[in-house]
Amino acid sequence: MYAFEFEKPATIADAVAALGGEEAQALGGGQTLIPTLKQRLAQPGTLVSLKGIPEMAGICVADDGALAVGGATTHATVAASTEYPGLAGLASHIGDPAVRNRGTIGGSLANNDPAACYPAAALGSGATIKTNTREIAADDYFQGMFTTALEDGEIITEVRFPVPEVSNYQKFVQPASRFALVGVFVAKYADGVRVAVTGASEDGVFRWSEAEAALSANFAPEAIEGLSVDADGMIGDIHGSKAYRAHLVGVMTKRAVAAAS
Amino acid sequence: MAQVSMTVNGAVKSGEVEGRTLLSTFLREGLGMTGTHVGCDTSQCGACAVHVDGKLVKACTMLAMEADGAEVATIEGQANADGSLNTIQQAFQDHHGLQCGFCTPGMVMSAAALLKENPTPSETEIREHLEGNICRCTGYHNIVKAIMAASGQDVTAIAAE
Repeated sequence: MYAFEFEKPATIADAVAALGGEEAQALGGGQTLIPTLKQRLAQPGTLVSLKGIPEMAGICVADDGALAVGGATTHATVAASTEYPGLAGLASHIGDPAVRNRGTIGGSLANNDPAACYPAAALGSGATIKTNTREIAADDYFQGMFTTALEDGEIITEVRFPVPEVSNYQKFVQPASRFALVGVFVAKYADGVRVAVTGASEDGVFRWSEAEAALSANFAPEAIEGLSVDADGMIGDIHGSKAYRAHLVGVMTKRAVAAAS
Repeated sequence: MAQVSMTVNGAVKSGEVEGRTLLSTFLREGLGMTGTHVGCDTSQCGACAVHVDGKLVKACTMLAMEADGAEVATIEGQANADGSLNTIQQAFQDHHGLQCGFCTPGMVMSAAALLKENPTPSETEIREHLEGNICRCTGYHNIVKAIMAASGQDVTAIAAE
């Protein structure tokens, strides 16, 4: 790692101020950023830890019934929560137990790895990403691989998830990394079904609109029989070809619908 | 450089670190506690697993300054007060849960974290919990068996494969 300074502010305001400094970068749980720094793929002047801010950690149910998860909440805490079983189930299979004790939801969403799990939950739930300055709808937030609507120095303080009637996340695990080779999050709301796919596309997480329409009409695995995503634009690598990933999107969607509770 | 202070296995330890100093580096090179092993240094293998404020973490993927003020538990603090092996360590010896021993500190710390939350885990739960701990010698079988034995469960049904 290149040398950097370390700061751990106790309030959002202090964190924002620290991130305004030269070459400053936010540090969530560090489970992606620290390995990245070790490879010298980033060279921040100052790392600003967001783990010392009490108002950013923890989970509560908001007045409108949505689940509000603080940006610095760990995967392990979300996995242990009971209000939104589909979200807890997703969190309980991120990485491994030690990673889940450090990694945070805000860090995952800010990084927007194309194979990360949380982007599928946020997009599949139509979540609202709250920052220190504004609220961003998940549909506007994800802008391609490792790219988001966040501005420099903007911090995810909370993620607000409308809780669906039923939901499920199915991940086809890349066995070495435990990231999703393909992951599909399905959530059924009173006004329709949302289907979000991670791991598969060169553009990062996306909604499978065709499947959403079919499942909104008939929430059953057979409803998407015959539907397929275009292999063009899928990720193709040694772990799976474009066509294989496109096929897995359909398979994992059916499994998620069958398992939804 | 900055001063950090943390409680390691019950004793207050402090030292000078850089912002980029890893917790694993501080433990090994700053405090001379080399029981915490660094295998992959990429957060995959789990040989560096320790407990920070009671939670299992990978010490190679946490900065020393992030652990400032924390309670840290390492393999050096696991043995009984008289120096004899604790229940988990003894079970690893009894059931041949190690060969070269490099991954063992992390395995023991991981097992301790599991048994604290789940005193009688199933074989499946143990295997899932060990997803972040890699052993290249044993094939895991005797590690799983040792952890089941340490939890007081009957392991005669698990064949020695």
